Amino acid sequence: MTEIWQGLIKAIQLIVSLDPEVMEIAGRSLIISVASCLLASVFCLPLGGLIHFQRFPGKRTLISLIQTFYSIPTVVVGLLVFVLLSRAGPLGGLNLLYTPAAMIFGQMVLVVPILLGLTVSALSSVDKAIPDTARSLGASSLQIAVVVLKEARFAVMAAIILAFGRAISEVGLALMVGGNIRGFTRVMTTAISLETAKGDLELSLALGIILILIALIINIILNRIQQR
Amino acid sequence: MSLLEVVNLCQRYGERDILKNINLKVERGEVFALIGPTGAGKTTLLRLLDLIDTPTAGKIYFNGADATKSGRERLEMRRRMAFILQKPVVFNMSVYDNIAYGLKWRGIKENNIRQKVGNILDTVGLSADKDRNARTLSGGEVQRVAIARAVATEPEVLILDESTANLDPVSAAKIEELIRGIIQQHATTIIMATHDMAQGQRLADRIGVLIDGEFRQTGSPSDIFTSPRNKEVAEFIGIENILDGVITSSEDKVVIIDIGGKVIEAISDYAAGEAVSACIRPEDITVSLSKIASSARNSFSARVIRTVAMGSLSRVEIDCGFPLVCLVTKKSADELNLVKDKPVYATFKATGVHVIKR
Repeated sequence: MTEIWQGLIKAIQLIVSLDPEVMEIAGRSLIISVASCLLASVFCLPLGGLIHFQRFPGKRTLISLIQTFYSIPTVVVGLLVFVLLSRAGPLGGLNLLYTPAAMIFGQMVLVVPILLGLTVSALSSVDKAIPDTARSLGASSLQIAVVVLKEARFAVMAAIILAFGRAISEVGLALMVGGNIRGFTRVMTTAISLETAKGDLELSLALGIILILIALIINIILNRIQQR
Repeated sequence: MSLLEVVNLCQRYGERDILKNINLKVERGEVFALIGPTGAGKTTLLRLLDLIDTPTAGKIYFNGADATKSGRERLEMRRRMAFILQKPVVFNMSVYDNIAYGLKWRGIKENNIRQKVGNILDTVGLSADKDRNARTLSGGEVQRVAIARAVATEPEVLILDESTANLDPVSAAKIEELIRGIIQQHATTIIMATHDMAQGQRLADRIGVLIDGEFRQTGSPSDIFTSPRNKEVAEFIGIENILDGVITSSEDKVVIIDIGGKVIEAISDYAAGEAVSACIRPEDITVSLSKIASSARNSFSARVIRTVAMGSLSRVEIDCGFPLVCLVTKKSADELNLVKDKPVYATFKATGVHVIKR
């Protein structure tokens, strides 16, 4: 028990003293996950809008399918991306395996269902009278889409934050396509799993505390958004 | 050329025909009221007129041009109209931005917008609230934002759907005043749906009675209120006494109608033998305790069934062999002491009876 307490105290010291290794790993985690979520948002928001506004056969089925992939295991996505990026795979020529770019790409694949699904449901929760009102005031189809997206802005932001939460907390994918290379692709979750296995509880606990803090901050922001 | 012309317009949802063969012409500057019960198809027709929805069949011409085509032209036409929904919603932004939105979509310059929105805010009395989030406004204020938002775009046709239906009497009166102001100042063509017949009478140049997806009668307010063409229209415009009978004789337009054994005299062009309905407005019937000497041709002894106070008036139901509903002032109802079973006389003129063919 004392060992754990000592580890915890040292962990807090690592955080408070802004230990270079801890900060570097945490920073990399943030950069990779923020990048993957923003990049995924860039195409998921318009795509979600397209799915919501267009009528096409199989729309319901497509949405159900998207929702099914909300909880796809990270290792399955990892496997998929690994196969894609491995030397023999279709994108093998890009030499991306075991790079941060591969991790960003993998996390994008991971969060696309959540972002897309929640964007569609955010848009469909907007009062049906809003697009009618916009149309009656002379908005074009594109202008109507922008109005509805604006009305759904808080729900869409919540979707992005949830996606970020899933990206930063996953470990399977980061390990499989990033390779946990020190100073290059090592992120918080992969570091924790390795350091714990090595018996270095201090670093693991420090990174764990940072992860929990990030989760806490995400929750606070989400609550604020949902109260709007 | 009419500003708006509708030819054989039909709308159906699934198996239900919401609108059947609607034909309508609205002239520039005209105020046209669409009255009819809930579910008659008023909102459906207004949405088609504003080019929000597309009809199942039929044509709409705006200023002579076919408006049922899609694309850029349709958008340009829609931009010359404005539609205020029955339950207006405001965008989740400030009152100012709500009103400015329609102008921004039309690509109007920022300082121009500022000036226009400023003027409108004054007109609707919301200048002090311009920075407030519109979602925090009351029902009446939301309605005013909706009107301001529509009027700001300076539409040639303003379409209003039951704009006072969901408001308290004071807010409703304010909104009606606002609409009256718009009619007077801008000479905007207005098409408004209402189920408040009195409002239709107060504001409209012409009224169309829409029942079950069809125009049952179109005409000036006085036409419709004095001479409903059929029983449904008569019922809808609040004629409570509609008595079915048969004309037994006709002389010089004075007809005798047999109503289940009792006879009523009325003025009508219909000939003897015609099955008709006699419509008598409750306010056209005089209730008295003794038979009154007057030129009125119809006088019946009756018994009071029930008296209900309605503000300054009392609604008296009597039985004179056939049921009649009369309206008397609360004061005279008290003076006459119209309690149940009290014997009274009901008197009305032959000219007070409107005869329609069954």
